Amino acid sequence: MTVADASFTPPSPLRRLMRRKLALLGLALIALVVAGAVLAPWIAPYAPDEQLFDGLTLEGAPLPPDARFIFGTDLLGRDLFTRILYGAQTSLVIGVVANGLALIIGTLVGITAGYFRGWIGAVLMRFTDLMMAFPALLLAICLAAIFQPSLWIVAMVIALVNWVQAARVIYTETSSLATRDFIAAERTLGAGTGRILFRHILPHLVPTIIVWGTLGISTTVLLEATLSFLGVGVQPPTPSWGNIIFENQTWFQTAPWLVFIPGAAIILLALAFNLVGDALRDVLDPTQRGRD
Amino acid sequence: MKHLLASTALILSLALPAAAQDYAPDPNAKAGGSIVLTYKDDVATLDPAIGYDWQNWSMIKSLFDGLMDYVPGTTTLRPGLAESYEISPDGLVYTFKLRPGVKFHNGREMTAEDVKYSLDRVTNPATQSPGAGFFASIAGFDAAGEGGLSGVEVVDPQTVKITLTRPDATFLHVMALNFSFVVPKEVVEAEGADFGKKPVGTGAFKLTEWTLGQRLVFEKNPDYWIAGVPYLDSFTVEVGQEPVVALLRLQNGEVDIPGDGIPPAKFQEVMADPVQAERVVKGGQLHTGYVTMNVTQPPFDKVEVRKAVNMAINKDRVVQIINGRAVPANQPLPPSMPGYTRDYGGYPYDVEGAKKLLADAGYPDGFETELFVMNTDPNPRIAQAIQQDLAAIGIKATIQSLAQANVIEAGGAGTAPMIWSGGMAWIADFPDPSNFFGPILSCAGAGEGGWNWSKYCNEALDAKAVEADSMFDPAKSEERLKLWSDVYMGVMDDAPWAPVFNEERYTMKSERLGGADELFVDPVSIPVNYDYVWVKE
Amino acid sequence: MAAYLIRRLLVSALILLGVSFITFVLLYVLPADPVRQIAGRSATAETVENIRRELGLDRPFLIQYGRYLAGLVQGDLGRSYLQKTEVAELIASRLPATLLLMLGAIAAELALGLTLGIVAALKRGTMLDQTLMMTSFVTVSAPQFVVGLLLLYVFAVKLGWFPIGGYGSFAHLVLPALTLGILGSGWYSRMMRSSMIEVLRADYVRTARAKGLGRARVVLGHALPNAILPIIAMIGIDIGIFMGGIVVVESVFGWPGIGQLAWQAIQRVDIPIIMGVTLVSAFAIVLGNLLADLVAPLIDPRIKLK
Repeated sequence: MTVADASFTPPSPLRRLMRRKLALLGLALIALVVAGAVLAPWIAPYAPDEQLFDGLTLEGAPLPPDARFIFGTDLLGRDLFTRILYGAQTSLVIGVVANGLALIIGTLVGITAGYFRGWIGAVLMRFTDLMMAFPALLLAICLAAIFQPSLWIVAMVIALVNWVQAARVIYTETSSLATRDFIAAERTLGAGTGRILFRHILPHLVPTIIVWGTLGISTTVLLEATLSFLGVGVQPPTPSWGNIIFENQTWFQTAPWLVFIPGAAIILLALAFNLVGDALRDVLDPTQRGRD
Repeated sequence: MKHLLASTALILSLALPAAAQDYAPDPNAKAGGSIVLTYKDDVATLDPAIGYDWQNWSMIKSLFDGLMDYVPGTTTLRPGLAESYEISPDGLVYTFKLRPGVKFHNGREMTAEDVKYSLDRVTNPATQSPGAGFFASIAGFDAAGEGGLSGVEVVDPQTVKITLTRPDATFLHVMALNFSFVVPKEVVEAEGADFGKKPVGTGAFKLTEWTLGQRLVFEKNPDYWIAGVPYLDSFTVEVGQEPVVALLRLQNGEVDIPGDGIPPAKFQEVMADPVQAERVVKGGQLHTGYVTMNVTQPPFDKVEVRKAVNMAINKDRVVQIINGRAVPANQPLPPSMPGYTRDYGGYPYDVEGAKKLLADAGYPDGFETELFVMNTDPNPRIAQAIQQDLAAIGIKATIQSLAQANVIEAGGAGTAPMIWSGGMAWIADFPDPSNFFGPILSCAGAGEGGWNWSKYCNEALDAKAVEADSMFDPAKSEERLKLWSDVYMGVMDDAPWAPVFNEERYTMKSERLGGADELFVDPVSIPVNYDYVWVKE
Repeated sequence: MAAYLIRRLLVSALILLGVSFITFVLLYVLPADPVRQIAGRSATAETVENIRRELGLDRPFLIQYGRYLAGLVQGDLGRSYLQKTEVAELIASRLPATLLLMLGAIAAELALGLTLGIVAALKRGTMLDQTLMMTSFVTVSAPQFVVGLLLLYVFAVKLGWFPIGGYGSFAHLVLPALTLGILGSGWYSRMMRSSMIEVLRADYVRTARAKGLGRARVVLGHALPNAILPIIAMIGIDIGIFMGGIVVVESVFGWPGIGQLAWQAIQRVDIPIIMGVTLVSAFAIVLGNLLADLVAPLIDPRIKLK
C-alpha cells in the first residue's frame, strides 16, 4: 500500500481543466439529486407509499413507462418516478450522516494514533488493521441484524464499517506532521496537547478530510444500496434506490425499468461524488493520488 | 355390528397384501429413463431425523420408508413397512407387523430392532431432531435419552409394539412422517453426524453422488419392496439454480421439473403459450398465510381490534400482488385439509365496519404498532400491502423486515405485536387438522419461545382439541373432523389471526414426463413424488 | 527479512484472533436463537433446552469462545448447526468456485484495466483518453448488483451469448467474473495510465526511441513491463474488495461459492458456518495484504520493508 507517490506525475494544465469540467458535471449531478430530494413533496405526482389501484394489471404485473407513469410502476402499483425522488432523500441522508460519522470516528482514531504513537497508537492502528481484515459486507449484515434496521441504524452500521480508510489516511498525515519542526517548536514553547492538536494539526488535515468526506459519500451510497438490495437495509415502505431493486429484481427480465432506473440513479450519484472528490484531491492535495 | 365390536375387544386391524389395492398405477407407465430437477437452495441433509426443508422432504421419502405411507398423490394413509397393525381397545397400544424381506440399501434385512432404534434415535436429545416433539405421546418420551423409549418394544423380529400415554388419533400419521423413518443402526453409528450426507434406507432410490452445493444423483433401488416401483432408473437434482434459470432450461429441454415452481415474473408468459400451459400443473397446498396478533398486549388484547384487522385486509389485492397464485383464506385450515369448514364465510372485507369496531374498542383514531416480516421477496411487499390496508382504518403499522431467525425469535419472545407469516408460514407436516393447532394456536405453543406467535390460549378449545385427538377409532373419523371444525370456528371467533391466503402451487413438467398430475403436486411428497413419475420417451 | 516475516505473521495471527472474537461477540448478542432454528417449530421447551445443553450454548460466553478457539487451533471449525456437516468440508466444497470466480475477476480487471490504461496513456489528452477516464469513474461508481443484473439482461437474456447464471463451464464464468472485476478495472486503468505516462517519459524509453526502435516495440518491449510491475503488486489488496463482493455477485448469478453459503447461514443463524466463512475471508484478506507488501519491494526498489 506504500507504492511510492513519485510514480504519479503532477497533473498537466490540460488535465486540470478536464478534471474541472468533470467536477462541474459532478456538482451539477449532485445539485440535480439534491433538488429532486428536497422538492420531492412538490414535484412527485403521488405519495411515495401510495399503492395505486390502477398501477397494476389485473394479473398483478407492473406497468411500463408511459405518459402517466413516466418511469412505470413497481410490483405494488406505486409510481416509480415518485419513489426515485423520495429515494434520493434516503441516499443523501445516509450519505451525509453515515459518512459524517465515519469521518468523525476516523479522524479521532487517526489523530490520536498518529500523534500519541506509543502503545495507544499501536493499539488503535492494530485495531484498524483488524477492521480492514473484516469482510465488510458480512460485518455490516451482522450488525444490521442485531440492531433491527431503520434509516438511522443503517447509517450507523455503515459508519462502523467505513471509518477505517479515513483513519488510516489521517494517521499517516498526522504522524508525518507530528515530527515536523513547527510542531516540535510549539511543544518546546509549552503548548498543551489539545492546543497543538486542534490549532496546529487539525487545520493541516482539513484538505484531506474534505477530500475523504466527498469520496466517502460515494462509498456510503453504494454500501447503503447494497445492504438494501440484500434486504437488510432501509426498511419498507421508505424507498431507497437499493431496496427498490431488491423488491423488484425477480421481474428484471420482464420489467427491466424497475431495476435499471434506480440502478442508474445510484451510479449517477456515486459518480458525481467521485468526480468532485477526485477534482478536490487534485486541487487541494496533489500528493494524495492513486489508489487509496 | 359396530355395537358388537365395541362390546367385544375392539381390534382394528388392517391387512393389505400390497400397495396394488390402493393405488392403480398408470397402465402406460414404463420403466427406465432419467430426469433432471432443479432447486435454488442447497439440500441441507438427507438424515430423516433432521431434514425439514422444502427440497429434502420428498427426497427423504424416496430414500427411506416408515411404518405407514400415503397413497401417492393423496392424503390417504396406507401401510408402509408395516404389513398390518392392530390398535388396542383403549387406543393406547399399537402393534405393527412388519413386511418380511425388506432390505436396506446395504443388503441387510430390516427388522423390528431397526424400528425401535430409529424411534429411540429421533427422540434422543443428542440427535437434535426438529421432529422429536411429534412423538410426545409415546410412553417414556419425557425420559428419552441414551436408554431409548420405554414405550417401544420389540416383540419379535417382525413385530413392534408401541405404547402411548394417551389415545392419539394422529399417531398413524406420525408413523408416516419422515422423522419416524427407519434407519440401519450399524450405518448410522459408523457414519455418525455424516449419515445425512451418506444416507442408507429401504426406499425406492439410493443416493449415489452428492457434490455439495451442486448436484445429487439418486439411483433406482432394484430390490425395492414394492414390485415395479420406482419407474425411473435415476434422477438428478441440481441445486443453486434460480427459478428463472430453471424455467428457461426447462424450455430448452435441459430440465424436467423446476423444483421451486414457475417464477411469478414468468407466469403470464408461460400461460399465454398453449403448448407450455398444457404442461403446467396446479395443485393446492396444505398451507395458510396469516397475520398473527399478540393477544396478551394492548391493543390486540381486545377482540374487536383483532376482528377489525381481519376486516381491514383486502385479501383479493394481496392475492393479486402475488399474481393470483393463491386463494383468499377465511380460516386457519386450508381448503384441501380434512376438517375445513366449507360453509363458513369468514370476516368480510369491510373498511367501515372495521373502523366502527376499532371505535367500539376505544381506538377511534387507530393506534401505532409494528408488523414483523421475513426479509425475502415477496414477503416485504405483502407486508406493505397489508400496511396500506391497516392505514385505511387508522392503524399505523411500522414494518420490521428481518432475517427469518430474528422474526422467529421476536415471535417466540412475544415482542412482535403483529407478524406476517410468509416464508415461515404453516405448511402441514401431515394431512390432519390437529397439525394446524398444537404448535401454533394451542396454549402449549403460547409459552416463551413457542411458535404460537399470537400467544393465544383458549383452555376450552384446548380441551376440545384433546377430545378430538383421543378419538382414535377410524369409524368416528367424521365426528372427529366435526369437532376439529368447531375448534377452528372457535379460533375465528377469538380472531388471534387474520388468515390471508392459501398458496397454490404452479409447477411444470417437461414434455417427456408421464404420470398423473397429482404426483407433481403431491400434498405429502412435496414437491414431487419421485417414486411414481415416469418418462415417456 | 526473516524477522520482518515472523513479525508480520504474528501480527496476522493476532488480527485473525481479533476477528474471531468480534464475530463471536456479534453472533452471541444477535437477537435470534440458533437453538430455536435447530429445534424447529414443533419442539417442546424441554427439547429446546436439551439441544442447548448438547451444543454447550447454555455455557457462559467466555467458555463457549474458549471451546471454539480450542477447536480452531486444531483446525476444527466445528459442525453446521442445521446441516450437521463439518464446516471445513462445507467451505472446502465451495471454495473452488469462489477461487475460480476471483481468478476470473483478476483476469478481467487486469485485461480491461491495463489495456484501457495503456490506450489512454498513448492517446493522452485526446477525446478517447477523456472518454476512457470518464468510463473508469463510472465503473468505480457502479454497485456490483446493478452491473451484474445489467450484464445478465444484455448478454444473457437479450443476446443469449451467455447462460443466465449457474456454474459449470467457462461461459458461466464470464459474466460473474466481469461483474466482480469491473470495479477494479477502473482503478487499474487509471493507475496504468499514470504509470505508463511516467515510464514513457523516462530516459531509457527516450533512448530506445532515439535508437530508432518502432513505437510498438518500444511500448511493448520496454515501457510496458516497467509500468505494469507496480500495479501487479496491488493484486493482493484486491482480495479484500472481492470478499465484500462475492456475497452479492454469487447471489445474483447463483454461483455456488462461500458467499452464498454465508448468506444462507446468516438467514438461519448457523453460527459455525458464519464464523468459518468470516475467518476464511479474513485469512484471505490478511494473506493478500501480506503478499502485496512482500512483493512490492521486489518490484520497486524504492519501497522498503518496514
